[in-house]
Amino acid sequence: MTITETRPRAVAPDIRVVRRRLGPGRRIPYAFWAGPVLLLAVWSAGSATGLISPAILTAPWDVVVAFGEQWTDHDLLGNILSSLQRAALGLSFGVAAGGVLAVVSGLSRLGESIIDGPIQIKRSVPTLALIPLFIAWFGIGQEMKIVTIALISMVPIYVHTHNGLRGIDGRYAELAETIGIGRREFVRHIVLPGALPGFLLGMRFAVTSSLLGLVVVEQYNATAGIGHMITLAEQYGQTDVIVVGLVIYGVFGYCADSAVRLIGRKVLAWRRTLED
Amino acid sequence: MATDPRGLITEPAVRVRDLRRSFSESGGVLNGLDLDIAAGEFVALIGRSGTGKSTLLRALAGLDRDVAGSGRIAVPAKVSVVFQDSRLLPWRRILDNVVLGLRDPGAAARGQQALSEVGLQGRERSWPFQLSGGEQQRAALARSLVREPQLLLADEPFGALDALTRIRMHALLRKLCEAHRPAVLLVTHDVDEAIVLADRVIVLDAGVVRADVQVAGRSPEELRTFLLEELGVTR
Repeated sequence: MTITETRPRAVAPDIRVVRRRLGPGRRIPYAFWAGPVLLLAVWSAGSATGLISPAILTAPWDVVVAFGEQWTDHDLLGNILSSLQRAALGLSFGVAAGGVLAVVSGLSRLGESIIDGPIQIKRSVPTLALIPLFIAWFGIGQEMKIVTIALISMVPIYVHTHNGLRGIDGRYAELAETIGIGRREFVRHIVLPGALPGFLLGMRFAVTSSLLGLVVVEQYNATAGIGHMITLAEQYGQTDVIVVGLVIYGVFGYCADSAVRLIGRKVLAWRRTLED
Repeated sequence: MATDPRGLITEPAVRVRDLRRSFSESGGVLNGLDLDIAAGEFVALIGRSGTGKSTLLRALAGLDRDVAGSGRIAVPAKVSVVFQDSRLLPWRRILDNVVLGLRDPGAAARGQQALSEVGLQGRERSWPFQLSGGEQQRAALARSLVREPQLLLADEPFGALDALTRIRMHALLRKLCEAHRPAVLLVTHDVDEAIVLADRVIVLDAGVVRADVQVAGRSPEELRTFLLEELGVTR
């Protein structure tokens, strides 16, 4: 809010009254990297001064060395791609299922009564506790791993999309009725765009959930993948390799989350929020 | 079609008989209301708060599924509603809002035509939040116009606008109605707005028509005094 006030006969320049800003303010360039870089700086400083002993946490430069060794001698790239593929497949199935279930349950009372209960029950059972059962059903191969990741990432998508959808202003539905559009167009023009902010929030949780699932499932009979690499390193007591794995998980998660947020800013350009 | 009590020969666009609506057991909001609106006629509906203006409009719009009541309503096939808020979808650009749900190939061109009729040419790609209140309401008018309604229902469409914008909107609405000739039912609190815009003013009280006057042939001052008296405002 800016009020420019010009006083008569005043020789001084315009007096501008500017209100104190209460929102977060303008975007800072490269702010995206500031937090992680700061974290890295603290880690480096701690290791260099000896405050963080190598037995507790390997120094960043040793992690870089271990990374190089893994890359050249142990097919780190193959492990990364294998993990990414698992996470991406599981996430895709989970997002698709969660989205469809949320729309069906959000738009129909019958759908809600059938779908919502089981999903709430599923939420309270930790997915990781279901793994022994999944092993019995699907074996210890790729199938079990993808099902677990899909289930883990489906829940936040369902919850947030459903919540976003039910939060759409009822007046828009009324408008749609007076315009006389059909159910399909109602979904396309009002339900899906209206639920999109909720869906994207769910997506942020789902991405990190899928990585969580990945860590666990890759400890079962995997022959490749970051989790497999960490499990092996644990057996041989290679803390540096474990940290390489953790850093890769962290980078995955951070990049994926940032990607979702960036997409969110683009597709939600119609909103005027504190974010902008 | 039966003869009209006021002797109108043309078949009315809107015909309402013995309309009753109530939200509770104790009392009705509409109590046996009769109303005819001729094709192309502009009717303003005034009345104090709670006299059933909006209930009648929503009944004509078919938006009162959950309200108990009886009576007969005949409205044209193409009805369009303008609400007090513009009700533009915030996630659709202005032109997409105007042509929302229209699927014929000429819709976009007609949408642009309608936007220029309401003075919003060049704003097709704007988001609703980028428009002022008056502009948003003009976009809502364009959205109604592009559907070429035979009946336009407007529920206090200018209620949220400032006085100057309101005057401009009155002129715009009159111009548009003269060009497109829909039957109009405008719900308003504002006696002057009713007199400026309408061919006929109806005063609603306790769910029935209390007064029904033609605007033509009367001086605005005389009409204003009469309507205010009917509304129970005396000086």
